[in-house]
Amino acid sequence: MGAGHGHRLHFHGHSVVHRAPAHLKILVLLGFVLGVVATPREWYPVFGGYLALVLGVVVLARVPLRYLLPRMVIEVPFLLFAALVPFVAEGERIAVHVVGGWELSLSESGLLAAWGLVAKGTLGVLASLTLAATTEPAEVLRGLQRLRLPDLLVQIMGFMIRYLDVVTSDLARMLTAMRSRGVDPRSPRHWPALARTLGALFVRSYERGERVHLAMLSRGYDGRLPEEAR
Amino acid sequence: MHVPDGFLDAPTSIATGVVAAAGVGLALRKARTELDDRTAPMAGLVAAFVFAGQMINFPVGAGTSGHLLGGALAAVLVGPWTAMLCISVVLLVQGLFMADGGLTALGTNITLMAIVGVVVGYGVFRLALGVLPRRPGSVPLAAAAGALVSVPAAASVFSLLFAIGGTADIAPAKVLTAMVGWHLVIGIGEAVITGLVVSAVIASRPDLVRGARGYAGRRSHLQSEGVGA
Repeated sequence: MGAGHGHRLHFHGHSVVHRAPAHLKILVLLGFVLGVVATPREWYPVFGGYLALVLGVVVLARVPLRYLLPRMVIEVPFLLFAALVPFVAEGERIAVHVVGGWELSLSESGLLAAWGLVAKGTLGVLASLTLAATTEPAEVLRGLQRLRLPDLLVQIMGFMIRYLDVVTSDLARMLTAMRSRGVDPRSPRHWPALARTLGALFVRSYERGERVHLAMLSRGYDGRLPEEAR
Repeated sequence: MHVPDGFLDAPTSIATGVVAAAGVGLALRKARTELDDRTAPMAGLVAAFVFAGQMINFPVGAGTSGHLLGGALAAVLVGPWTAMLCISVVLLVQGLFMADGGLTALGTNITLMAIVGVVVGYGVFRLALGVLPRRPGSVPLAAAAGALVSVPAAASVFSLLFAIGGTADIAPAKVLTAMVGWHLVIGIGEAVITGLVVSAVIASRPDLVRGARGYAGRRSHLQSEGVGA
């Protein structure tokens, strides 16, 4: 990545974890999450071991938890879903007393399932965030390429990441302009205005793509990116 | 809608991974027929656009919100194969860099949103175009129909996967009713926004709407000369 700014999700550092080759990190991460998903959820101590492992890597990478925890809000909607499972799942029901004399009828297998969902989901999110935090996006792309992800797919990912901040801040400015004119982008009443904004954003992004392509052609692009440009 | 790790068991996750890899492989070859050597920069920018569009939440009711999935929208704007690639890349980036959607569930997410969402969305769009009168105003309507059907379609395929490899013991009928009911509501929002966006793009740059080829051909020539420079 040529630009001087880091990615929002990357935490700059020089630890062993930061310096490890990206393709190895991706393989280890994939193996880890597959292992977590395949582990029976009744093996409670094993999950403790997994958590210790991830936290160990986080400590080794010297990424502060203060940095990782706010980024874990991504899984909140899913935690809410997991909380619903004991109420709707089949199987034997148990009564749980809560404050104020209320009694909740929960499914036993549902409680177990909810635990499994929360434990596996959280470990997956934490492990993925650790990879993102310790690996520059360009390095991740190089790793994916070394893992034989099709070249075209890696190129598309590269362009998306490169222009992500450009396009999202384009949108942010458009939304600011909408709000300053008294339009609330979230309200269905103002969807026509929002849609025109998104339409304009599409046209701008598409035309930017065309200009990027012409600029690449003028520099000798022949379907493959030169090694140093990645 | 992004399935996290641990939602489906390992065999189901691997099976959907194989389906996703086959679909993306096919899309990689077919997208070249839509974009030739412009594929990489164009698909990359459209993927960035889809990602930005997904950041806008709209209220669904009961205090929760949904966001645009964009499968049908991208298919109508840039063609189904490019759209499949774009949505897959968005999911890859979200999974790898933002932990939005689990890595083991990447195959599931690509199968649901990039393959089912785009194929159903574009298929319904084409069918609706065939039924509706042949004029430019029909294109946004057909796009909305595609978006409306694509979201609950992806939700029902998810329910099917959950019945096969789900990790919670919930009656399949319950999952199906809840998922499809909920996503019908999201689908309505998706349909309205998709239709409006397509009609906004047709109004300014009809030549950029691939699904509208042959419907708004007369204006496209003048427009692209003026704005494209």
